[in-house]
Amino acid sequence: MSDAHQGTRTDYRDTVDTVGSIAARRMRLLGLIRKETQQIKRDPSSLAIAFVLPVVLLLLFGYGVSLDARNLGIAFVVEQPDADTASLLGAFRRSPLFEPREYRDIQTAERAFSARQVFALVWLRSDFARRLRGHGDAPIGVIVNGVDANQARIGTGYIQGVWRKWLAGWLREQGIDGAPPVVLEPRIWFNAAVRSRDFLVPGLIAILMTLIGALLTSMVVAREWERGTMEALLVTPIRIPELMLGKLAPYFALGMGSMLLCVAVGVGLFGIPLRGSVLVLLATSALFMLVALGMGLLISIIAKNQYVAGQMAIITTFLPAFILSGFIFAIGSMPAPIQWISHIVPARYFVAILQTLFLAGDVWRIILFNSAALLVMMVLLLGRARGSFRKRLD
Amino acid sequence: MRLRAISKTFRAGGMEVRAVDGLALDIARGGITGLIGPDGAGKTTLMRLATGLLTPDPNASSATVHRSRQQRDPTVELRVLGIDVLAEPMRVQETIGYMPQRFGLYEDLSVRRNLELYADLHGVAHAARASRFAELLELTGLGRFTERLAGRLSGGMKQKLGVACALVRPPPLLLLDEPTVGVDPVSRRDLWSIVQAMARDNGVTVLVSTAYLDEAEHCDDIVLLHRGRLLGQGPPRRFSEAMRGRCFHVSAGSMRRRALQLRLSRDPAVLDVVLEGAGARVVARAPGALSLPALAAEVSDLVIRPVEPRFEDAFIDRLAAAVGSGRAPAPLPTAATTSRPGSGASREQPSKATHAVRPGGDAPPIDAPAIDAPVIEVSGLQRRFGRFVAVKGLDFEVRRGEIFGLLGANGAGKSTTFRMLCGLLPASAGKVRVAGLDMRRSAPRARGRLGYMAQRFSMYGDLSVLQNLRFFSSAYGLRGEHQRARIDWALATFELEDIQRERSGDLPLGFKQRLAMAAALLHEPEILFLDEPTSGVDALVRREFWQRINALAESGTTILVTTHFMDEANYCDRLVIMADGEVLAAGTPMALIERARRPQQPEPTFEDAFIALISAHRKASEQAA
Repeated sequence: MSDAHQGTRTDYRDTVDTVGSIAARRMRLLGLIRKETQQIKRDPSSLAIAFVLPVVLLLLFGYGVSLDARNLGIAFVVEQPDADTASLLGAFRRSPLFEPREYRDIQTAERAFSARQVFALVWLRSDFARRLRGHGDAPIGVIVNGVDANQARIGTGYIQGVWRKWLAGWLREQGIDGAPPVVLEPRIWFNAAVRSRDFLVPGLIAILMTLIGALLTSMVVAREWERGTMEALLVTPIRIPELMLGKLAPYFALGMGSMLLCVAVGVGLFGIPLRGSVLVLLATSALFMLVALGMGLLISIIAKNQYVAGQMAIITTFLPAFILSGFIFAIGSMPAPIQWISHIVPARYFVAILQTLFLAGDVWRIILFNSAALLVMMVLLLGRARGSFRKRLD
Repeated sequence: MRLRAISKTFRAGGMEVRAVDGLALDIARGGITGLIGPDGAGKTTLMRLATGLLTPDPNASSATVHRSRQQRDPTVELRVLGIDVLAEPMRVQETIGYMPQRFGLYEDLSVRRNLELYADLHGVAHAARASRFAELLELTGLGRFTERLAGRLSGGMKQKLGVACALVRPPPLLLLDEPTVGVDPVSRRDLWSIVQAMARDNGVTVLVSTAYLDEAEHCDDIVLLHRGRLLGQGPPRRFSEAMRGRCFHVSAGSMRRRALQLRLSRDPAVLDVVLEGAGARVVARAPGALSLPALAAEVSDLVIRPVEPRFEDAFIDRLAAAVGSGRAPAPLPTAATTSRPGSGASREQPSKATHAVRPGGDAPPIDAPAIDAPVIEVSGLQRRFGRFVAVKGLDFEVRRGEIFGLLGANGAGKSTTFRMLCGLLPASAGKVRVAGLDMRRSAPRARGRLGYMAQRFSMYGDLSVLQNLRFFSSAYGLRGEHQRARIDWALATFELEDIQRERSGDLPLGFKQRLAMAAALLHEPEILFLDEPTSGVDALVRREFWQRINALAESGTTILVTTHFMDEANYCDRLVIMADGEVLAAGTPMALIERARRPQQPEPTFEDAFIALISAHRKASEQAA
């Protein structure tokens, strides 16, 4: 076979660019990016994390998980029905928050309550109408199921709200004015409908971007170590910044694509408002994506097998982003030490930006402060990754 | 390449392992240099040091130990192509080509994409690529598979693609770390012709490490390593010439080969003995005519003739000198410890059975196993996975006390057959009887009577040797006095007493293998299944292993073995060669070798016979397709 080759052989030295030239650098970088893109296309799991998981989570949080109290079953005990009790019952019926069921005696109602068929008991005694018309101090008994403390608090508030509103209307009807000297009239800003979905979905975007940036990236780099492809890559003219950029660019694109999908589904399907500017959203998302990628790269430098990398990414990035970012649990109501810890969770800053952008608009004070924090983190993380990424095995 | 005072120490679990120990070495430009040494000799570490992937330790013996880390120790020197690797690792990495042991292929990319990636990384101009790729694809025979995913290639083709990727831009120096490990003989031959073509036509200097000693003959220069130290360097012929006058072929028509080998291995004049052809190949401890008076007195037709020395002989000689003794392990205590009938002591002596006349008349008398009812009967055995037929109708029989081999290239259906025989996988069609039991109906009962040693180390690495033996003996249902007796037997027979408290995961490969074999024999199985028991094991351990297997077969245990080492075929009494799920040939190793004898190949080896069979089969199936 060698004889046949003698004729066709060319001297390749002429055709090879010098290693340091811009053309050679560009060729290497594009080659890596192309390779990574093809691998992503062939790997169903990374596509699933980027595009299927967001939709599933959005649907779950959008429809299923809700922190609101809605359609609460109430046992409405009316011992002696009359026009006034019917009017009050009607007020509860009209509210979208409640589904009252009428009972005549407290015993049956309590049984339903114990069986958790209803969430709360509203008890109008037989002297309700008499006392209301008599001295104007008609007490109503309210018993709430306190197992879910959050729901109990919200439910109690709602019941009081309906009661007060009805009372005010009733007084007006009776021509008694000025009876309640102070009327509290709460007005809720930024999320007037008080839909928890509107604040969960922006937070979810931060979670998903953490997942793609840190988990996916750390695992694909670890995979290269595990399969030995990294060892072969290291002994080529490739430079470390090229290697890092070649990894970052495709996953950056993937993360941003996933973010856009989330925004489209959130705004389009769930009608979540986007009050801030799209440009600011893109810029801050890009910044956060780089932070997440920096975490992923750092993890992959420490953990050189996929299993460990995955575990580390979940524990150090995903779980904190879920719990300590203010995505679900308000940071302000956490104990002080945990609040301090939450400051090192990058998702915290991004969740703040996102919730502001979606629900309030371009509030520059919040956006700039949190972006600055993210910028500092990005520089630290990527700088550290660059510093500890070596073309060495030991 | 120039190395001075190069050491590299690894820390693992509190132990320090000196992988490379004060190496001083020069490797000349041009030609092929082979890096040869047993497992753990430091071959891979040396390659990685040369690529700048590892940095050597500071020189402990020089006075400059206490220098700060920034300052270089002038006694430690590592130059590749004149470039100081320690100062400019990037420049070395830019210049050389390297194929790591776990080849750096992207299995989820196609052959072409892999090539393109490395062309991009090495800056091969787009205009030059078409002709370059065509040339490499022709050289490697991968032209038909350019769009196939690398992960779907056979082991041999993957390695060829790995070499092609390292050659997209012919480097002045190419480092190949065990490119032929786990590759079938046909692909190994192809790989070597690719490497030789590169060295000859493109002036590429090649440094290649290998565990196959017969490959040494392909190299121009040999570097022999052992435990990180240099044992010798020179052209392969110089190694083998030193052994001239010490290599003999010994045969005795009236004595069975295994018995002969056992006798020879105990002889003080003998350094090494392996089975070959109709007799045994012997390396004597000292040059001069080999005289075996004790044996000659016993056997009348003893024939001793000198043979050409090989590189392997020199390797064994040097290693034996380095290790301190080339002594064979103590032979297994035989029938005395086993309580089974039929493994009678009479078989120790050459019995009448050995003189059984073979059909064909002039064929040399070969081991004739004891005439017993077959222990394994296979007929019309088939296995389908969906539409793919992995095993297409096998027929063979194995008799008691036989060593029966299953040979074939990767993907030939050996492992599938093996699993069906062990009852791990049900057959799609056909009959399998093992130890007189139908595997379809009584697989669990049959499994109690067979031992299985998996290809990979299947002991618990974090348990001690003793704990492993205890666990496996209880898993086999041994208890009380009997269990203790069997564990004591295993510890004594496999010389594991001194290390019985050690963590088995930390043991050297040879000990691990002994432990695995001991565990498979605890319940005194009639049949022992060995799936590629010697893959990844160096020549010394392989020898020791086969001596144990031989002794075991002598004591009446039936042994079924798969292997990809062609010289190991000589240890089998009979064997089948498989390809694409069917049997290409069956018979004794000698008979198969005889079939390959051609005028142009008067003295074929078993490997030649194997390659001839596989190539003919491939040609035939290509024509059919």
